[in-house]
Amino acid sequence: MAYSLKQQVSKPERFAGGHRLCAGCGAGLAVRGVLRALKPEDKAVITNATSCLEVSSYLYPYTAWQDSYIHSAFENAGATAGGVEAAYRVLKKKGKINDTFKFIAFGGDGGTYDIGLQSLSGAMERGHDMVYVCYDNEAYMNTGIQRSSSTPRFTDATTTPVGKVIPGKPQNKKDLTAILAAHNIPYVAQTTFIGNFKDFHEKAEKALYTEGPAFLNVMSPCPRGWRYEAEDLAEICKLAVDTCVWPLFEVESGVWKLNYEPKKKLPVEDYLKKQGRFKHMFKAGNEWMIEEAQQFVDEKWESLLARCK
Amino acid sequence: MARKDRMSGNEAVAFAMKQINPDVMGAFPITPSTEIPQYFSTYVANGEVDTEFVAVESEHSAMSTCMAAQAAGGRAITATSSAGMALMWEMLYVTSSARLPVTMALVNRALTGPININNDHSDSMGARDSGWIQLYAETNQEAYDNFVQAMPIGENKEVRLPVMVCQDGFITSHAVENIELLEDETVKKFVGEYEPEHYLLKKENPLAVGPYDISNYYMEHKKQQAEAMKHAKPVILEVARRFEEISGRSYGFFEAFEMEDAEVALVLIGSSAGTAKETVKQLRREGKKVGLVKVRVFRPFPMEELAEALKVVKAVAVMDKAESFSACGGPLFAEVRSALYDLENRPKAINYVYGLGGRDICVEDFAMIYDQLFEIGRTGVAGEIYRHFGQREQEV
Ligand SMILES: Cc1ncc(C[n+]2csc(CCOP(=O)(O)OP(=O)(O)O)c2C)c(N)n1
Repeated sequence: MAYSLKQQVSKPERFAGGHRLCAGCGAGLAVRGVLRALKPEDKAVITNATSCLEVSSYLYPYTAWQDSYIHSAFENAGATAGGVEAAYRVLKKKGKINDTFKFIAFGGDGGTYDIGLQSLSGAMERGHDMVYVCYDNEAYMNTGIQRSSSTPRFTDATTTPVGKVIPGKPQNKKDLTAILAAHNIPYVAQTTFIGNFKDFHEKAEKALYTEGPAFLNVMSPCPRGWRYEAEDLAEICKLAVDTCVWPLFEVESGVWKLNYEPKKKLPVEDYLKKQGRFKHMFKAGNEWMIEEAQQFVDEKWESLLARCK
Repeated sequence: MARKDRMSGNEAVAFAMKQINPDVMGAFPITPSTEIPQYFSTYVANGEVDTEFVAVESEHSAMSTCMAAQAAGGRAITATSSAGMALMWEMLYVTSSARLPVTMALVNRALTGPININNDHSDSMGARDSGWIQLYAETNQEAYDNFVQAMPIGENKEVRLPVMVCQDGFITSHAVENIELLEDETVKKFVGEYEPEHYLLKKENPLAVGPYDISNYYMEHKKQQAEAMKHAKPVILEVARRFEEISGRSYGFFEAFEMEDAEVALVLIGSSAGTAKETVKQLRREGKKVGLVKVRVFRPFPMEELAEALKVVKAVAVMDKAESFSACGGPLFAEVRSALYDLENRPKAINYVYGLGGRDICVEDFAMIYDQLFEIGRTGVAGEIYRHFGQREQEV
């Protein structure tokens, strides 16, 4: 059946409004988008790493989740989801459960690229039938915008502040999607919120209904950390894709596929200038920063194209 | 009918696990507990159990897997030692606060710093405040018996707490002893099915576990946890009573050995009790009124009961196989001495930290300590209270 946004948004929500995420936050969109790809008859157990998403969606005694939900700690969403899935398998075998359950873990970039990488890697390697969704907002937002290994070079973050001798974060962003692809799991994809969510929806659906482990990396902007106006969220995502800062691709059983090639690849500064965290890059004398940022994006894009050929 | 066999402590615990047939085991190897998941993975490989064996990439993930599997409605087990348990540290608290009765076989080993693979109790004692019930064994038989009793205790609706079943690394875990095993069916019936009221995979009633618990509620939840630990006391005794019916072996919070008319006593935990009992027998033959209290249940701590057992003696030495670096004694000493406080005529109490990192203790050593206790009883002077035993003082 062809994708229809109208049809999708008319489904009952599985993530209730009234959660405490900020207006203009990508994490909520990521959650709603993934849950919309679930068949209404399928149950789910959600695992959540400690994060903005966790503290704003399940404040005892209130929860925004319609499905079963478990939070245990920051660094172990992979192992936690794996534990639930392992119990499901054996309880199903013993005939104690008849329904079909899907297992979805949500972690921010801190809980995924950094502290949770071991647990995620272990869970993927062991082959648990689950989807791990990283909502990548490129810093530790819950503790106040500290750098992560996902934070792009030159970002003004609270532990990589722009100072007299250090111009923001010194290192480039880690390529986690490629690292996950190197696990040779059935499905890995990178996406974000553009247009009518078609790309996002199709990837979420594939991830959920492919047997075995799957990984989705979703660029999920943060208005506080990135310093943009709430209503600019969609535009920023579109610019990330059209500048090739965040290309849309998927790796299915080891085969790399580019899902979108911009008709006209826009310069990276179009993306950078929308965000307060890169403001210093536009000061006189800092042109080299934009050049180097462009060079990094170009190199990554070329190597991605080569992989997808 | 019970079966006689010869087994190491590790095999005995693995065998109990097989008889129980739990749903999930999360496992990562560490000496001296490594054999437990090894034996168990063989049972899995041979189809003797239905368990999902999850060979995780760290102990943190082992406990995460167990916590989550238990939340999902399954029975989860793990085995570890020392640094492995230390790496689970955060998850020990998460598991107990979510009131999930995971069962862990802990084979006690010194905590790294410097690295040492031999037995002492610094690992489990370090976790004494993590909200886990702690049972300790003297022998392989007790390790097996405690494991069989663990789930009925932890899963009791008034309790719902995780249970740590401890035994001494190498001393029992690797030594082969005669053992009496229960029949599979007897164990199955005794342990019963796990039937939680609420779990993640219950289709008609989704559950949320592990919330952000703000100060409006957190303290109430901690109080409930503390109450659960109190409820565990009668449950432990009731489970022991039922266990005696199927095994003929009786268990309590502790074993009081020759305590009725004792003038002095030792209090200790674990396998050293075997050596201490031998000392008691020898000294009794010489007409010396010595006794021993071997603590089996350290969490919940049987405060009143211990005070009652010790009120007869003039002097008591509490033996700690763990340092706590409080500068005034080990963890068992702190608890026992506090238990004695309410007695009208309280005995003098001294503390010995001994056996760290596998340092031996023998009959002559215990005899010497009993001598010191008689001296304290006679003079009424305890002298230095916080002492270390069995280490060289000069050269190192
Ligand atoms: C937290 C923790 N868990 C487990 C152990 C036990 N342990 C020590 S070395 C080791 C295996 C090392 O394997 P590997 O890194 O492949 O090196 P190899 O011994 O094969 O050379 C394990 C499990 C430990 N010391 N600390």
